[in-house]
Formats: sequence, C-alpha cells, structure tokens
Amino acid sequence: MTTSTAINGPSAAVPQRSPLLRASLGFFLLAVCLLLVADIEITTRDPWLELGRLALGIVTPDFFAVEDLAQALFNTIAFAIVGVVLGSSFGFVLALSFHHRAVRVFCAVIRAVHELFWGLIFLQVFGLTPLTAVLAIAIPYAGIFAKVFSEILEESDPAPLKSLPSGTGTISAFLYARLPDALSHFKTYTLYRLECALRSSAVLGFVGLPTIGFHLESAFAQGGYSEAAALLILFYVIIATIRVWARRQLVPFYILVSLIFLPWGGSISMSHVATFFTHDIVPYPLRVAETFDATTLSALWAWMTDLFAGQALPGIVSTVVLTQIALVGTGMLTLLFFPLISPKFFGTVGRNIGHVALVVIRSTPEYILTLILLLLWGPSMLPAIVALALHNGAIIGHLIGRHTETMGLRPDHAKGLNLYFYEVTPRIYPQFLAFLFYRWEVIMRETAILGILGITTLGFYIDSAFADLRFDRALFLIAITALLNLGIDALSRRIRARLRLKSRLDAV
Amino acid sequence: MLNKDPAPLLALENRSAHYNGLTALSGITLRIQAGERVALVGQSGAGKSTLLRLLYEQQADEAALVPQDLGLVNALSVFHNIYMGRLHKYGTAYNLLNLIRPQRKEVEAVRAITRSLDLEEKLFARAGELSGGQQQRTAVGRALFKGAAVFFGDEPVSSVDEHQSRDVLKAIVDRHETVVLSMHDVGLALAFTDRIVGLKSGRLVLDRPTRDLAASDLDDLYRD
Repeated sequence: MTTSTAINGPSAAVPQRSPLLRASLGFFLLAVCLLLVADIEITTRDPWLELGRLALGIVTPDFFAVEDLAQALFNTIAFAIVGVVLGSSFGFVLALSFHHRAVRVFCAVIRAVHELFWGLIFLQVFGLTPLTAVLAIAIPYAGIFAKVFSEILEESDPAPLKSLPSGTGTISAFLYARLPDALSHFKTYTLYRLECALRSSAVLGFVGLPTIGFHLESAFAQGGYSEAAALLILFYVIIATIRVWARRQLVPFYILVSLIFLPWGGSISMSHVATFFTHDIVPYPLRVAETFDATTLSALWAWMTDLFAGQALPGIVSTVVLTQIALVGTGMLTLLFFPLISPKFFGTVGRNIGHVALVVIRSTPEYILTLILLLLWGPSMLPAIVALALHNGAIIGHLIGRHTETMGLRPDHAKGLNLYFYEVTPRIYPQFLAFLFYRWEVIMRETAILGILGITTLGFYIDSAFADLRFDRALFLIAITALLNLGIDALSRRIRARLRLKSRLDAV
Repeated sequence: MLNKDPAPLLALENRSAHYNGLTALSGITLRIQAGERVALVGQSGAGKSTLLRLLYEQQADEAALVPQDLGLVNALSVFHNIYMGRLHKYGTAYNLLNLIRPQRKEVEAVRAITRSLDLEEKLFARAGELSGGQQQRTAVGRALFKGAAVFFGDEPVSSVDEHQSRDVLKAIVDRHETVVLSMHDVGLALAFTDRIVGLKSGRLVLDRPTRDLAASDLDDLYRD
C-alpha cells in the first residue's frame, strides 16, 4: 500500500497522460512537421488511368507471357533456401558466442547492411551468379539469426540446467537442458525468416539476378501488367503454401536440388576478386598516392568531406525524413488493420477476408509496392511512404490481431468503437509500440534501399556510385548507412527500455 | 407483496451445466424476485460462479456485473475504468473525447463513486498500478456507475479488507434494487443479504431467508 502510494504520489488525483501516449504523440507531431517539408506531390497526369490499366492486369493474369518462368521461380526459392540454411547455421554458431562483445558488434554491423546492398557489392565481385544471391541473403541473415537465437537461448527456462548433476559437461548440458526447449522457437523463427528470404530473393532480381524480380521489373517497365500479375500471384502462392512445402525433412533434398540445378558455373575470376578488395574499394586519394604523407591525408580528408556534404548528408536527411513519416504511417495503419483479423471485432467470414488482405499486403515486398505506386503517382516520397506503411502495418497488424485472440473480456464488455478505444486498444498498446519500435530499424533499412528506385535516400547515391563504377564511394556511403541503422537501433533500444516495453524480438 | 406470486425477475428450472465433461451444476431450480438480495454461498468449486453466470445471462442487457477476474483495462486510469460502466449511454465521439481529455462532469460523477469506495486519491492512477483490493473496488465502481437496478457480483470483496468490505457492500446494496452475490465470507453474507442460497457439489442444498439463519447453520456446506 505504502509503496504504491509512493509511486503514484499525489499526482494520481489529477489527470495524467501516460508516457506511452506522450511518446506516441511526440513521434506523431514530428512526422506531421516532416510531412510539411517532404516532397509528396502526385506528378503523373492521370493516376486513375494507370490504376485502371493495373486493375485490368490484375484480373487478367497471363501465365504464359514470361519466358523462363519456371527457372525464375526455381531460382527465387533456391536462393532463399540456401541463403537461410547458411544464414541460420552461421547465426547459430555466432549465437553460442554472443556473450563476446566483438561477436555482438560484428553481427550488428553485418545486419545493418541491407541484403540488396550486399547484393550490389557481391555483384561487382562474383557477377550475376548464384553465389552473389546466396551470400547477399546469408550474410545479413546470419547477423539477425545470431541475435534472435541468442535471445531465445537466454530466455529458455534455466531450471533444467540447475537440476543437472554437477560435473555434467558443457556440451551435454547445452544439448540436454537448453537446446530442446529452444528448438521449437528456432524452428518457428527460421520458417518466418524463410518467408522474408523469399521476398529478399525476389527483390534481388531488380539488380539483375535471375529471380522473379528481374521479370517483374521488365514487365512493369513495359506496362505488361497481366504478366506482372501472373508473377505476383505465383509468388503469393509460394508464400501462402510455405508450411506445406517447407519441411525440415525435405531440406537436404532442396539443398541437393539447388546445388545441382542452380547455374553455379559462371566465371569467377580470383584476380578480379582480389582487385576489388585491395584496389577498387580503397578511397581514390589513397589509391593514387605514392606515399602516405600529409598531402595524401589532406586529399583523403577533402574526398571524405566532399562526399559527406554532397551525398551522404542529403541522403541521410531524406532517409530520416522518410523513415519517420513511414514509421508513424505504419503505426496508424497497424491500428486500422489489426481488428480485421481479430475475433473481438469480426466473425469467421470477415476475419478470413481480413487475413487474405493482410497476407497479400505483407507478402508483397516494400520494394515492389513502391515500384507499383511510383507508376501510379510519379516520383516523390509518397509512393515510398505508403508502400512502407502498408507493408509494415500489415505485418504488425497481423501480430497484434493474433495477440487479441487470447485477450479475455468481461461478459458485459463494451461494443463497437467503444470496445476498440476503451478495452482492446489500451490493452495491446504497449505490445504495439514494442513491435513498432523494433520495426523502426527495419523501416530505415528499407527506406535506404528504395533510393535505388530514384527516391533520393542514401540508396540513390549508393546505386549511382555503383553505376559509375566508383566502388570506393559506394562502400563509404554503405558504411554511413550502416552507422545510421546502428544509431537508430541503439535509440530504439533506449526508448524501449525507458518506456519499459517488452524487449523480445519475436517475429518482427 | 400484494401479488401472491409475481413473475420472477430471474428463474431457473431444473438447470444443469457442464464444463469439459464435468458437471458444474445439476438440477437447479431457483426463482428470484425483483427487490431480493441473495447470497450464493458454498465451498470453492461448489458451482457458485456458474450459477451466478446463468442468472446474469437472464438480465445481461440490464444488470451490472463484477466478474471474478474483474475485467479491468490495466493501461487505463481508475477514472476511465469506472466510466466504462456508462459507455453505452453516450455517443462514441463523446466517449473518445473523454478518453483523450476527461470531462469535468464525468470526473465529478466518478469522483463521487470513488469517494464511497475510498479510492478518491487513486482516481487517475492506472489500474495496473493498484493493489488487488483497490483493483477490486475499481471493478465495483464500474458496476455502480452503470446505475443498473440489478447487481451481480462474483466474490466482489474477496481481496478487500474486512472494514472496507462492509462499506463496499453497503454501497452495492444501497444503490441496487436487486442484488445477487456469490460470497465465501458467511458473516458478510448474513449481514448484507436477505436470502441465502447454499450450494454443495453443484447441487442446491439450502435456500432460506437470512433472518432464520445463524452462521453455524451454514457449517454443513463447508463439510466434506
């Protein structure tokens, strides 16, 4: 009694706004201010005409227009599976040594670089080969797996470990008392990651790798909406049936098939690889300098400041502006989406419609959604904002909707909007904010990538540097992007700790 | 009463209830008239909650209820939780406004309720930060605020201390025409109701006016 009085103090007698609400309001107002300065104009002359053509394409999918369709689908799935198998294996090994600071930092750095940037880097080294695609997925995923696996291990029940006889070996103790409990969580998370990898694999097609993204890009570019619709429908079917075909027993078979049928050959020149790492990515002033002296150093400094002021800084500003608006948009759409699949608001029929809608929205990679909206509205930040908010809102909305399934309500609970505002939303709000803050860093990583489509975020400058074969600049800008992601990640962790939000990553 | 046998407010005819294949209630026949104050007593597991729920369902649209798990929204203040008792009386826009900015009129109305429950200084504390007894009084407050004629409470004062229990029960019986409470505290049941219904292993074994009963008469209910 005394302690609770002390906590609430005399302030409990007057209205007070909860810290969660204050934080939400702060983010909301910031986003509104940024929206005033952001470029969100619709520049196409007739967006409705294009939408009409798109809708026509969706209802008349043409499954026979794409050449090499089977090969593209196969590649998409094979890259994802091999990437996840490699990523989860290395991630598991890294998770075991996650208590070392160096390992944690290493993992944070490799996952701070988006798989599409990894793809662009390996493209210069290994060309358009399966190795490029597999590494682009496996490397950042290893960093993510390491973090999540170590969290799962940390949270597994410590009681069995304590009850082992003293003298039990470390490995035996791990295998008997820790792993069994964590294994089912590993499985669930790996399956979720496989779904993500399918999206990553598809999007890698946009930088030229032979997955369905490659065909989607040319279909969209030529206005072949029936062809694009067919590709997307097949992609949804693959994702929707993932539980049917992604079985552990079949993994060795899939790996074998991938090893045999993926066009591994290609021509990887080792001297080319060496040149890239020892020459191409070295900052230009260092590369041409004969001696390392004060002149070289000042040239390097000028190179860095030029690049920072001319490209990195404007890139950072757009990336942050877009991220903050998209984050708030995601939150608002999440609160709109979650009732669609919640038994507290809709019956079976309504919920099934909601499920289908959310699955379609979240299965479409943000990159492809943005591309579609760019066609409708022309180049500005608007397509990216809407695409990011839709995709991420559908993901978190799904999780929150599921969360409401187990929520107990009193028999005389309120109805309709009163139920939504007074009973359900206040209960899910902390969980909702936790998910949203986790997603912050993911949204920022995606925002940077969308630059490749012409929006002037960091990805725009990185893509241009690659196009100009200025790999030193590209690498410098990628490093800046990674630092920005690490910064947001740290900030998000602090805010979550401050607001005392649940700190587990789960499946976001 | 002038009518010899007026239509009862609540009536059960030879009702049984089952949970996961187990019998919770068997062959219950019970009539409760408007204006009665009834206590359902018996050991835990005797079927009190099930019987209360069956009775409540007959008046679900009109009655106020304090369920055993309270149904509080921990993230909202005591004020908002109590105000929820009248959500159905106002338009959604007003409810939304009151959620964002508590309206003076409602604050005063809810304050009066909290005063009678000794909760006034917690008016704007979040329900999740309260002690068990305070949470239970908040749930009672929500039911009182509904202003219904019939009150159902499933152990509504089980976590409240003896002295406050009496105040809370007094507030409940003073403000409702008909009251049905499930209780484990026989002394309080005898003090605040005028009819005792005793359950044992899902059967109705006692149904008598309180004035004819002493605490010792109920001992059989608690004997195996």
